[in-house]
Amino acid sequence: MNNYLDVFLTFAKVGVMTFGGGYAMLPILQREVVENKGWATEEELSDYFAIGQCTPGVIAVNTATFIGKKLLGIWGGFAATAGVVFPSVVIITVIAALISNFADIPAVIHVFGGIRVCVCVLILNAVVKLWKKTVVDRITLAIFIVVFVLAVFIDITPVVFVLMSAIAGLLIGSIKAKGAEKK
Amino acid sequence: MIYIQLFIEFFLTGLFSVGGGMATIPFLEDISARTGWFTPAQLADMVAVSESTPGPIGVNMATYVGYLTAGIPGSIIATLGLVLPSAIVILIVAAFLKAFRNSKYVDRVFYGIRPASTALIAAAGVSVLMLCIVDIPAFKLSGRIFDLVDPKAIILFAVIWVFTNLVKKTKKFHPLVFIAFSAVAGLVFKF
Repeated sequence: MNNYLDVFLTFAKVGVMTFGGGYAMLPILQREVVENKGWATEEELSDYFAIGQCTPGVIAVNTATFIGKKLLGIWGGFAATAGVVFPSVVIITVIAALISNFADIPAVIHVFGGIRVCVCVLILNAVVKLWKKTVVDRITLAIFIVVFVLAVFIDITPVVFVLMSAIAGLLIGSIKAKGAEKK
Repeated sequence: MIYIQLFIEFFLTGLFSVGGGMATIPFLEDISARTGWFTPAQLADMVAVSESTPGPIGVNMATYVGYLTAGIPGSIIATLGLVLPSAIVILIVAAFLKAFRNSKYVDRVFYGIRPASTALIAAAGVSVLMLCIVDIPAFKLSGRIFDLVDPKAIILFAVIWVFTNLVKKTKKFHPLVFIAFSAVAGLVFKF
């Protein structure tokens, strides 16, 4: 089989089987990519996944691109990316079309009224989980508080906060390094 | 041109959201406020649909917004915009993997960005909370503090929170289970 097609189809399979985001994808990647195909070792996969989490973008896409690139170069990266998003695009387009058609039915309105409450809890749980991993000391706590308060009360694009916190991270890091030199 | 605008909005979302699907929510909220392409309520529905269908959440959200905004071409273009920065960044990082992993500058940048990203998601969570549980119009109408929150929503919120955090047996259940449960609760209790 064509190698690019193989990469595309394998990642499309991973995309179909991943339910609920990047973290749910890891065990499926382990089975498909490490055990079935032998495209990467366990260690490589966990490395790619770790980098995928701290680089911008969708974790699943980042990890897929990494593996595709390793196998077949740049176009392999794009083939893997296309594969992992393909099922989503098809499935969600169908669902979105259905929902827009039924959105005005009272029963549907009630259903989504209940679901939105659940979404609040899911977001809260995600925040708590991320908090434990990302707010690790006083400085990161301070960054969290400042960004949270500003984001709640001021209407500006989150891009600004991401850029500011990147600069803050750089400055704080170099100040800390200088402090360590003096000692 | 709506397609170009969609592409640019999602390209920026893909480039600046760090830490998985939920990290796209603050960006989508910002898009909703600026463009009016979809309402905050639709955004909450999108999160639910994305969580309960196969595929990465961020990609699902982009496809959904793209479709609502400009039909099928919109869903493809928004998704393309979202994943393109990912693909480019990773291809660059893959080429300099060692340098990237050992760079103190990269470490410092992400030391700053990670808590900020968490804070942005938390702030977006607050607005979803205001939308679903706090009923400001009812409060303004009656002036009674009890009307400020929707008691049905508070109870459902508490129940789901307990089942997703405290009950050992249900804690590990897939979010889909809880979404289905609240859909039924919403239908039965007329949310």
